[in-house]
Amino acid sequence: MKLTLWTYEGPPHVGAMRVATAMKGVHLVLHAPQGDTYADLLFTMIERRDHRPPVTFTTFQASDLGADTATLFKNAARDAHARFKPQALIVGASCTAELIQDDPGGLAKAIGLDCPVIALDLPSYSRKETFGADETFHALVRALAVPMARTEAITCNLLGATALGFRHRDDVTEITRLLAQMGVTVNVCAPLGATPDDLKRLGQAHFNVLLYPETGESAARLLEKTCGQPFTKVVPIGVGATRDFLAEVAAITGLSAQVDETGLRQPWWSASVDSTYLTGKRVFLFGDATHVIAAARVAAREIGFTVVGMGCYNREQARALRSAAALYGVTPLITDDYLEVEAAIAAATPELILGTQMERHIGKRLGIPCAVISAPVHVQDFPARYSPQMGWEGANVLFDTWVHPLVMGLEEHLLTMFREDFEFHDAAGASHHGHKATARVETPEPVKLPEVTTKGTIRWLPDAERELKKIPFFVRNTARRNTESYAVARGVEAISIDTLYEAKAHYAR
Amino acid sequence: MSLDAPSLGCTDTPVLKERGQREVFCGLTGIIWLHRKMQDAFFLVVGSRTCAHLLQSAAGVMIFAEPRFGTAILEEKDLAGLADANVELDREVARLLARRPDIRQLFLVGSCPSEVIKLDLARAAERLNGQHAPHVRVYNYSGSGIETTFTQGEDACLAAMVPTLPASDAAELLVVGALPDVVEDQCQSLLTAMGITSVRFLPARRASDLPAIGANTRFILTQPFLADTAEALERRGARRIAAPFPFGEEGTTLWLQAVADVYGVTPATFDAATAAPRARAAKAVAAHAATLRGKSLFMFPDSQMEIPLARFLARECGMTPLEIGTPYLHRGLMGPDLALLPHGPALIEGQDVDAQLDRHAGLAPDLTVCGLGLANPLEAKGHSTKWAIELVFTPVHFYEQAGDLAGLFSRPLRRKALLKGDAA
Ligand code: SF4
Repeated sequence: MKLTLWTYEGPPHVGAMRVATAMKGVHLVLHAPQGDTYADLLFTMIERRDHRPPVTFTTFQASDLGADTATLFKNAARDAHARFKPQALIVGASCTAELIQDDPGGLAKAIGLDCPVIALDLPSYSRKETFGADETFHALVRALAVPMARTEAITCNLLGATALGFRHRDDVTEITRLLAQMGVTVNVCAPLGATPDDLKRLGQAHFNVLLYPETGESAARLLEKTCGQPFTKVVPIGVGATRDFLAEVAAITGLSAQVDETGLRQPWWSASVDSTYLTGKRVFLFGDATHVIAAARVAAREIGFTVVGMGCYNREQARALRSAAALYGVTPLITDDYLEVEAAIAAATPELILGTQMERHIGKRLGIPCAVISAPVHVQDFPARYSPQMGWEGANVLFDTWVHPLVMGLEEHLLTMFREDFEFHDAAGASHHGHKATARVETPEPVKLPEVTTKGTIRWLPDAERELKKIPFFVRNTARRNTESYAVARGVEAISIDTLYEAKAHYAR
Repeated sequence: MSLDAPSLGCTDTPVLKERGQREVFCGLTGIIWLHRKMQDAFFLVVGSRTCAHLLQSAAGVMIFAEPRFGTAILEEKDLAGLADANVELDREVARLLARRPDIRQLFLVGSCPSEVIKLDLARAAERLNGQHAPHVRVYNYSGSGIETTFTQGEDACLAAMVPTLPASDAAELLVVGALPDVVEDQCQSLLTAMGITSVRFLPARRASDLPAIGANTRFILTQPFLADTAEALERRGARRIAAPFPFGEEGTTLWLQAVADVYGVTPATFDAATAAPRARAAKAVAAHAATLRGKSLFMFPDSQMEIPLARFLARECGMTPLEIGTPYLHRGLMGPDLALLPHGPALIEGQDVDAQLDRHAGLAPDLTVCGLGLANPLEAKGHSTKWAIELVFTPVHFYEQAGDLAGLFSRPLRRKALLKGDAA
């Protein structure tokens, strides 16, 4: 038993819903109590879907438990099949139904429907949402895909995009365009937008592009085995990774990796002088492993930030994350405990967080700007505009969205220079942020900081406290914490102006 | 105005019971508003990752560092041996209470998984009370989806508190149902103006404010879904004051009138206390009624507030209800509202969502009240919808909120009219 306040992932059957909802022509019958229907709103509200997810919940009640939940399931499956006429029916159990052991797969097969029935095994008490999506897609591919002759033209499948994915919609468009420039056509994109009949044609592609290992790797590995299709290992997020991806595709297909780069602006935006102020900004990354690993590379090598911490919530990809963390010399944080993430961020005192919606809240509390790079998603992560993470346009988007929360280049200096000016005072905040220009809270709301910050009793002498106030707001909290850590480490009890500047020199980069 | 004026309304309308797929939250959802109301309470769900995810999704963006609710997620090893589950629960509770010394009331909330594996939370609560009394009082109730829908969670929670309330012979009025503090204060001042000063509320804002009850307690419900709580109070000897629910100008007036009748408030005092807010409410409602009048209404089952709200929308806003669905129709509590609801709509108890969507498509109502799972799909088909969940998350009771309540329903129609010009 584990006490959980906030979760990064839902249960595995929500992963199954992400696959079913992404597709067309499938229907999922879930043996589940009524309350589990809340999951519909994730799709209709967060993603603004204009259709109900193709999911029937049996919504059994306590009174059914003693009687016959199996018949209830069979009736629900039969009715759903008659009403929605799917090309394939997926059946599974939520956490509660797993306990009553009705065997949805066996029951659905027993009623003799005229479409393939795919039974899911979703261990609710040990696995989570991403696993559920990966497993559901894998089960569909296993049931439907068969080896077949390759298409004449060079084609590939795009694997792993689902409903409720972080920018999956636009990544698919971007990568499809990029591949087209190389001369590769997309045979099937799945699960997003595919029908079961499409899955039957997966085998005719020459290779697979694995967009999201979290939700597509099992299917990619299966297709490699059954249909002899190689799959790409590089996730094309960032300029460098996109070039590596193109090279990988070139190696598989023998085509040239040279594509048009006229729309790619990120490298120049990063090289131009205004971006100098980005140098060495401390950044903490947290999210799903794929996005975090890719974002760390962009942050360190393409924007010139310093990675001060990184981690992921999905243990399935922990190994990959560990090796990435080693590259940047930081300790990997593998956890799905929100409070642990908050403590790690507070301890690392980053100037920018690249995280999920959960870290956005951590950032708010700690007074640290945050840009979102990964699921779990929120209605804001489904912008009306085209906003991919992958490919050239994705690289442009990353630059804009990560830099936006920071104070801008020259402005940073002006704020420092005129910080005593009554109008242009630093508490006014960055000029391009919409909120009202009033004083920011100087000390963020009390957050339980990890032990490192204040062991023993240290206090600020009035002079030092005044000097601290002269430091611009966007680095003041960092300065405060650094100075305190420095004082603690040296057994200094009263912080003077000297301590402040000694600490500054100590932490100078 | 009196209850028997407008014939029998829907009193004798047959209720069609439907059984099929339901599209309603489970009782756990009540925690979202209950934990805000009871400021020294923690709600610990003993359940699965699904339960935790439901709470988080229903709570939307309200992420606090440490909310006053959480889920003790059952893992495989807990399912293997129940003795261990109890030990683990005790450990998690001890840890939680050590970290949160501000917590004075702890609710162990049962879920589908805990019910199915027959984890006895009543015994667990007893055991934990032994360990943590008197600093913390431990209660238990079930918010599971196999036993409760949506608002029934609040009913189960309050009903669980009633047996432990201290006994008292004082002749007090108890107002029952979780109201936002500002609304509770308005209720109190209306009653004070009528000369009724011994008023208590359930739930109370803090454990130390919990009411004492007994045979001289008269109680009145503010929410229509509190049937079990009412029964529990009656078992303690308290007597219920029957009234329509205090939605809208008319509903509030009749609700206050029912209290006034019991307490022998003179018509002059009653008028003096209510005339001004009543006129304000009527005026505020009228502004929205202009948009709503003559429009047809379809309500999917959700909060059990459907009958009183349909009554308000029909009588004060001039709407024509076509179908009123409700998860559960308690005739005993709903009698006064049913009598006022103009004859006409079909009344449905329970749900078969696909059949209901077919009927809905056939009727093509002007306004549809439904859950969040259905709203966008119906909007995409050209219907105007109001999310039912807002009705429990927004202050809607009594005079000063009557206009806001009407506004919740008129806004989707006004918005549609606004967007017609260019975008549509
Ligand atoms: S319906 Fe049951 S399993 Fe689902 S969230 Fe509610 S209590 Fe948990």
